[in-house]
Amino acid sequence: MRLLAIDGSGLVASIAIVEDDILLGEYTTGYKKTHSQTLLPMIDEVTRMLELDIDTVDAIAVAAGPGSFTGLRIASATAKGIGLALDKPIISVPTVDALAYNIWGCHDVICPIMDARRGQVYTGLYTFSEKNNFEIIKEQCAIGFEEIAQCINEVGKPVVFLGDGVPVFENQIKDLIKADYSFAPAGFNRQRASAVAVLGQRMYDAGLFENADDHRPEYLRLSQAERERQEKGL
Amino acid sequence: MISNDVKILAIESSCDETAAAVVVNGRDVKSNVISTQIPLHTLYGGVVPEIASRKHTERINQVVKEALAKADTSLDEIDAIAVTYGPGLVGALLVGVAEAKAIAFAKKKPLVGVHHIEGHISANYIENKDLKPPFLCLVVSGGHTHLVHVKDYGKYEILGRTRDDAAGEAFDKVARAIGLGYPGGPKIEQKAKEGNPEAIHFTRPKVDDGIYDFSFSGLKSAVLNYLNKAQMTGAEVSEADVAASFQKAVIDSLVDHAAMAIDEFGMDKFAIAGGVASNQTLRAAFEKMCESKDVEFYHPSPILCTDNAAMIGAAGYYEYIAGHRDSWDLNAVPNLKLGER
Repeated sequence: MRLLAIDGSGLVASIAIVEDDILLGEYTTGYKKTHSQTLLPMIDEVTRMLELDIDTVDAIAVAAGPGSFTGLRIASATAKGIGLALDKPIISVPTVDALAYNIWGCHDVICPIMDARRGQVYTGLYTFSEKNNFEIIKEQCAIGFEEIAQCINEVGKPVVFLGDGVPVFENQIKDLIKADYSFAPAGFNRQRASAVAVLGQRMYDAGLFENADDHRPEYLRLSQAERERQEKGL
Repeated sequence: MISNDVKILAIESSCDETAAAVVVNGRDVKSNVISTQIPLHTLYGGVVPEIASRKHTERINQVVKEALAKADTSLDEIDAIAVTYGPGLVGALLVGVAEAKAIAFAKKKPLVGVHHIEGHISANYIENKDLKPPFLCLVVSGGHTHLVHVKDYGKYEILGRTRDDAAGEAFDKVARAIGLGYPGGPKIEQKAKEGNPEAIHFTRPKVDDGIYDFSFSGLKSAVLNYLNKAQMTGAEVSEADVAASFQKAVIDSLVDHAAMAIDEFGMDKFAIAGGVASNQTLRAAFEKMCESKDVEFYHPSPILCTDNAAMIGAAGYYEYIAGHRDSWDLNAVPNLKLGER
């Protein structure tokens, strides 16, 4: 089975083509260009390099959120357009799960943090069991850093941090985390579409995919206007 | 049989309508599907960009599919994909742009980025098969007020534009001030029918250093001042008279500018376009002015005045036959200038 994977959830843009257990091609850029200028040209480049017709992919895995609202939508609309044109299903992979999957086989607690602004992070807690099964300790969510720090301290095991929230919350990590902690290095600490593809394959096998028409990002947050309206009790 | 017809799938998502259409040779509309979000934004008194962008993402595939189905065609029979890439709300534009690019890429079809205003102008080609440039066109909508000299297909000179609020924006703001709600254009037009357009004289806005430029924020302030003053003195306010007098002030300003340009450029064809162009009182005023100058007057049906994709298919066709193609890095350009690529 051949999967196209797309991740536009953060500053990094990443696309990959994975066939069964082989990564055929992956293209990841961390540059100031918008995802509108990077994602599709990268897919075009990789498919040309692989001499692969896009029609031969069986499904599209997309990092569906949380993340930058605009970035998620560019990735989703790209997946939806390809899905519509070629009648392929979409697999909506949770962004934070895919980030954690970057450090496959890690027995420490894995804590991806993405800067969600307004003092919050998109985060979750994960680990790999002794037999390297992927385990979710705390599902992806949008919460204050203090809250996730408390969860980490309660688990009380060594933790590895990754994600674009690390530089932003470095001081809070230093101040609040009581367990031993480390930081994932380059190549492991940002979104990579190959991880989205691998998790996507597992979800597909479990029947967790949808028609491209029905796919929409999972923002984990209302828009500001909706939130303010809700706060007014309307 | 080999056909020389050019069949374009067009996509438009620059504001609060998710739209797709199939248009043949720029003038023959096979389908024109519009999924409007107006009821959703009415809750907030105006378009909320983030909500608009989310809705576009949810609706886009269904809208494109419906456009293909209504045209009784498939992507395989489409010659090119045209999409609005500006101006507009950046988040909203990006959804249509990403979708159009992905479809074009997957089906190996040429991609043509279209300017939203060029689309509005081109809406006139659809129902007026004889209309060809050169002509003058006034584009009036919630986001735009442009007086344009259409020199040729794809060749434009902007003679005048608004210095502040767009005409439709002024309608929205005044409608809110007199409690009519959103969207203001149709609400003011309706209310104005019961009022006297000569009841209150609001000063006609003028711009000193650009004879064809418009300004509507002063007019809006004049209405607000009138309402405040009436409230302080306890005078009774006729909403209908305010609506009618305000509407007349806007229309007078638009008609005067257009008439001046028609005279200066010696034009024999004049067109209106954009959401506000479906205002019947405005149409009648332009019709009268054009008749007095023996100028042919063109205007699209209301369904082609509102944001739609058929107009993008019309404009896209002329860009396509002129050889314009865009690459996979086409981006949304929220402040795209008319005539620039």
